[in-house]
Amino acid sequence: MRRVREISAGTVTETLRDLFIAANLEMGRDMQDALARAAEEEESPLGRYVLQKILENMDVARKESLPLCQDTGLAVVFAEMGQEVHIVGGDFQAAVQEGVRQAYREGYLRKSLCDPLSRRNTGDNTPAVIFTEVVPGDRLKLIAMPKGGGSENMSCSAMLVPAEGKAGIVDHVVACVRKAGSNPCPPVLVGVGIGGSLEMSGVLAKKALLRPLGTANAHDERLAAMEREILEGVNRLGIGPQGYGGRVTALAVHMEMMPCHIASLPVTVNIQCHVARHREAVL
Amino acid sequence: MTSEPIRLETPLNDELCERLSVGDRVLLSGVLYTGRDAAHHRLCDAAVRGEPLPFPVQGAVIFYAGPAPAKPGAVTGSIGPTTSYRMDPFAPRLMALGLKGMIGKGRRSPEVVSAMKQYKAVYFGAIGGIAALTARCIRESAVVAYEDLGPEAIFRLVVFELPLVVINDTKGRDLYDEALKTYSRT
Repeated sequence: MRRVREISAGTVTETLRDLFIAANLEMGRDMQDALARAAEEEESPLGRYVLQKILENMDVARKESLPLCQDTGLAVVFAEMGQEVHIVGGDFQAAVQEGVRQAYREGYLRKSLCDPLSRRNTGDNTPAVIFTEVVPGDRLKLIAMPKGGGSENMSCSAMLVPAEGKAGIVDHVVACVRKAGSNPCPPVLVGVGIGGSLEMSGVLAKKALLRPLGTANAHDERLAAMEREILEGVNRLGIGPQGYGGRVTALAVHMEMMPCHIASLPVTVNIQCHVARHREAVL
Repeated sequence: MTSEPIRLETPLNDELCERLSVGDRVLLSGVLYTGRDAAHHRLCDAAVRGEPLPFPVQGAVIFYAGPAPAKPGAVTGSIGPTTSYRMDPFAPRLMALGLKGMIGKGRRSPEVVSAMKQYKAVYFGAIGGIAALTARCIRESAVVAYEDLGPEAIFRLVVFELPLVVINDTKGRDLYDEALKTYSRT
């Protein structure tokens, strides 16, 4: 019989605190490289100017330990909990929320959450949105994803008619990016979730944003082909960096899919700004 | 894109605004006021009741922004524009009271664009997602109203050469529309 492995709630808190602070100060190497390539490839002068400022900002944020963007996000946490893991010394959900609370206080990050009706700020950027999956093994993987409001607002879900098929999906995604225009801080990443249920398509779309930038869907060649087709379509729109015009409207399109009901074709597009932040740790 | 940026100082007036055209790069210096969603609600509620606004709106420029907290000893935390369309319902009323400039990102409504023509006001784009760099332009920052709103409070900022691009000018032109005409291949 396999032994239970203990992880303290305090370790969960400390890990998430460090991940959210680090994520807000520096993007992954994949994003940095993609933005540097975009600055070389962009043909519009204003677009190139924007991309150069974005690269300059990465240096300043790193040197001065300042958040890349003032919108340090809604705290989204993905937890993959091995089924042999036992959390000790506290409640898992509370430990996650405490990690977020400490990160936003100690890291001088903006508290951007409020009551939806009174619009009163919650004061500590909690509650985080937490997705927990139980997986085989005795490890706990924690992913911290601060998600900006401007790009989240431009995301869209649709329950397509199955007859619309692949062409309908491609049209829907390109139309969503066109409609978003300059609002979500292009160049964007486009996460697309297909199938499941209404809410699962959204979770798939968000998870797609966590994939290393520009890697094609490894499980399904049909999706990899659609990713290429949509990226080309989006970059023909001419929106460009910050909407000031140009070729680079999106850096990548990532799609994830699962089966759905015979009557349904749920598709969610989750747009991510060019400050595409996420950090992970395995305990 | 103009090769040399235009240096401007607040407060703005009709003449300064009329000199600006879509796509101009501007380096803006002087006093700005931040204001975003919740602050705009309160400002317009105050205006409807005929109460004075908490800052001099004549010639003023509002930066649609909510900064990150300043570290001890720093002037400001990271700061940058939020998406402007959410302030569209309030902007014409503020322009009628003398507001001359708005700084944000993203497209404005036809009503706001037409109010800019009517009141000779300008909408500037600041680059979103370069907030550490933008913080270097801020020389002073202090809350002047609605402190309970946290990051949504109104801050009085003194800025030096804040880099901006003119999105909507006083002639009703729109940089986003013109960019699509030039670069769309659909």
